[in-house]
Amino acid sequence: MSRYGLLIHYEFCSGCHTCELACKQEHALPVGKFGIQVAVSGPMKMDDDRWSFNNIPVPTDLCDLCYNRVSHGKQPACVKHCQSGVMKFGIVEELAKFMELQDKTVLFVPRPYKTNASGANDPASQDQGVMS
Amino acid sequence: MTDKTSSWRWEEDGMTVTRTAAWTGPGCHNACGLLVYSKDNKVIKIEGDPETPFNQGRLCPRCLVLPKVVHHPDRLTRPLKRVGARGEGKWEPISWDEAYDTIVDNVRRIQRDYGPEAIMSLHGTGRNVWHLGSKLCFSAFGSPNIGTGFLSGQSCYAPRIILSILTTGFLPQPDCAQMFPDRWDNPQWKAPECLVIWGNNPVVSHADSVRGDWFVEIIKRGAQLVVIDPRLTWIASRAKIWLQLRPGTDAALALGMINVIIEENLYDKEFVEQWTDGFDALKERAKEYTPDKVAEITWVPKEKIIATARLYATSKPAMIQWGLGLEQHKNGISNALAIQDLWGITGNIDAPGGNIIPRPDPFFELPNHFWGKEDIPRDLLGKRIGAKEYPLITTSSPDILSDTMINDEPYPMKMAWIQTTNPIANMGMDPLKLHRGFRRLDFVVVVDLFMTPTAMACADIVLPATSALERDSIRTENFGKAWWGPIRAINKVVQVGEARSDEQILLELGKRLNPKAFPWNTVEEMLDSMLEPEGITFAQLRERHIPEYHPFEYKKYKRALASTAKGFDTRSGKFMLHVPLFEKLGVDPLPFYEEPPQSPISTPDLAKEYPLILTTGARLWGFFNSEQRQIPEMRELHPDPIVEIHPDTARSLGIEDHDWVWIENNFGRCRQRARLTPTIHPGVVNANHAWWFPEKPGPEPSLFGVWESNPNQLMPFNQCGPTGLCAPYKSSICKVYKVKEGE
Repeated sequence: MSRYGLLIHYEFCSGCHTCELACKQEHALPVGKFGIQVAVSGPMKMDDDRWSFNNIPVPTDLCDLCYNRVSHGKQPACVKHCQSGVMKFGIVEELAKFMELQDKTVLFVPRPYKTNASGANDPASQDQGVMS
Repeated sequence: MTDKTSSWRWEEDGMTVTRTAAWTGPGCHNACGLLVYSKDNKVIKIEGDPETPFNQGRLCPRCLVLPKVVHHPDRLTRPLKRVGARGEGKWEPISWDEAYDTIVDNVRRIQRDYGPEAIMSLHGTGRNVWHLGSKLCFSAFGSPNIGTGFLSGQSCYAPRIILSILTTGFLPQPDCAQMFPDRWDNPQWKAPECLVIWGNNPVVSHADSVRGDWFVEIIKRGAQLVVIDPRLTWIASRAKIWLQLRPGTDAALALGMINVIIEENLYDKEFVEQWTDGFDALKERAKEYTPDKVAEITWVPKEKIIATARLYATSKPAMIQWGLGLEQHKNGISNALAIQDLWGITGNIDAPGGNIIPRPDPFFELPNHFWGKEDIPRDLLGKRIGAKEYPLITTSSPDILSDTMINDEPYPMKMAWIQTTNPIANMGMDPLKLHRGFRRLDFVVVVDLFMTPTAMACADIVLPATSALERDSIRTENFGKAWWGPIRAINKVVQVGEARSDEQILLELGKRLNPKAFPWNTVEEMLDSMLEPEGITFAQLRERHIPEYHPFEYKKYKRALASTAKGFDTRSGKFMLHVPLFEKLGVDPLPFYEEPPQSPISTPDLAKEYPLILTTGARLWGFFNSEQRQIPEMRELHPDPIVEIHPDTARSLGIEDHDWVWIENNFGRCRQRARLTPTIHPGVVNANHAWWFPEKPGPEPSLFGVWESNPNQLMPFNQCGPTGLCAPYKSSICKVYKVKEGE
């Protein structure tokens, strides 16, 4: 059975926190709570001229993959507003195809938080394909 | 679910959706397209408008948190008059009529007793008040003394605009396909092969009508990236070459690159011969800047200087995104001129994927910061503070004005109208001097969304301003020859208390003071008149589903402009690699390098005591300069002011991560929290700007803690460049040491 996930093309994540704020707004999360959070790796000098410095938005256990939005045909709030356009929502196997083509990607498949009976991560209730 | 009868307002899921543009507040130069969801006079949520080509549905945290700003409990909602001593924090709500009557009485008294020039009118950067405030100053107060928030050397964007008008006829922008509604898909646009980001962290700052994510898109499309920045920003980590230059040495670096490009015959000979003026002089000047000498000045290894010059010159097209990092130095004009010369000698000016002249055809100048100037008699215009000393500056000179407030020379200042700017927290140099000056004035009005340190310290009347979601307005360009995007409607969504828009305040006060100059009965009539050159009304503008883009052409110089019958809109018709006019002002017409006023080289003795170079002013995610400090979601990102220090430097000073430290020099000090990071040069520290603490006591002497962390206390006025433009906000010196317990 296919599942839904969130793909991050983290080579181009600038770390702007937009996903965090878009998520807080969508889910009315107060200060101190996040549905997604930008994790920072580095900056670390690798050799004389190159640095490893990556921002990776990580969905928390409050993430429901924007069940309400998606069931209305919209993108998750983080994907919609992502300034650098580095997030995709869709079926895992579709997203995996993108990963075959690009360096520096990561795929999250959150456990759905507070979904309805059919489950936010149940593709039978949604048929959205890949959205970015 | 969706009832869509209008292109700008409809019902959806029991909410009203309004299409608008975010201009302003939040303070921003950009005006991204928004869809605002509201119900019962309350903003519920904000979505990016996917049909605005400028932001294509994307938003930054500042807009996503707007509902929290609009309905914040600390918003000013009624006009206030001071009832205690200045700075005591005792206010009484009054009616708008009483506020206007008090203002009119004071304006008339000061006009009569001291002349209208004794009134100064100050405005925050990049927002609607740039044209509205000008109109108020010129037509209602009758004063030539328009200004910002005492930004020394007016060192933000204005120097680049003034210079560009002399060299190019118009302020160029990097070509991110922003001139076309279909953006990146437009067949005329070319992806640059090389992108140079110079003195700028665009993904954070989104400055000057250019969104930072546009450059991420250009990198995705394969451009080789060069970043010139004293700090390793995230985008610098993606660069093929990162040049960690010493702050303030940009002109030397650019001249070194020009030298390599000319010596190695990598310049565009055809373009240079046909379309530029001053090449031979520039060539001679650049010879003085050998890679060895430039490496010594800039701290950048000469191999990197040469490689960058070659990469930029041999990539076609190549683009330079230039930032405020160039202008906030004494030598800022030279920095900017040297960079313009780079795109001139490589023929990248007005080329697809290069640096374009963003002038569409037809191009209509809507009211800009000269609006109303015709109402000022010529002899009075000549009384503008700094008109004689610094004729290139189109506003009053903030540096000379800072003296005027203290010494009454050449005439006394008596009143300040301060509209959405907060000079003692942000932008103003030497805020203690400003505080002293403001307190000497007879009468001060502050118009803002929140009670700011500046309002608390010196206001007699405080008027509540609106955010972008509470006003009908238009998005227009701020400056005549710096085209910032298509005209769009800004549509009111909610009313907060008795807050009034800048337009409404202008019209109501203007009609009281000089009715002849304000013939409109309503704000909409005024907006209609502003839109006249465009040939539409405000009602028609707001019905436009997608903003209208006027046709744009690259390499316009190839067909002589009809209006000027010459290639570039300059006196010679050519792209000016030098500025002969500067000679009349006693200023070198070519770019040159000059040490910052205080540096290890210009003041070696002082540098023994203050061995670190201090750079400031870099933007932070979610803050627009001094704004958003009272928004919990933004303070969650930035609880405290931060100074970045290299771990080696910190170790030698006994400073650990997160310690509070003093940043101090011969002019003053402030304190911030240390963040240890290898991304900064060991000889440089980078301090946050514009901090104040709405959670701390407002009345004097605290003023919301405004004196605690403002690094502008380490910088005096009157260190500006020879044209009066540019000042060393990003190149002073300091020492850093730990704050003692209990301090």
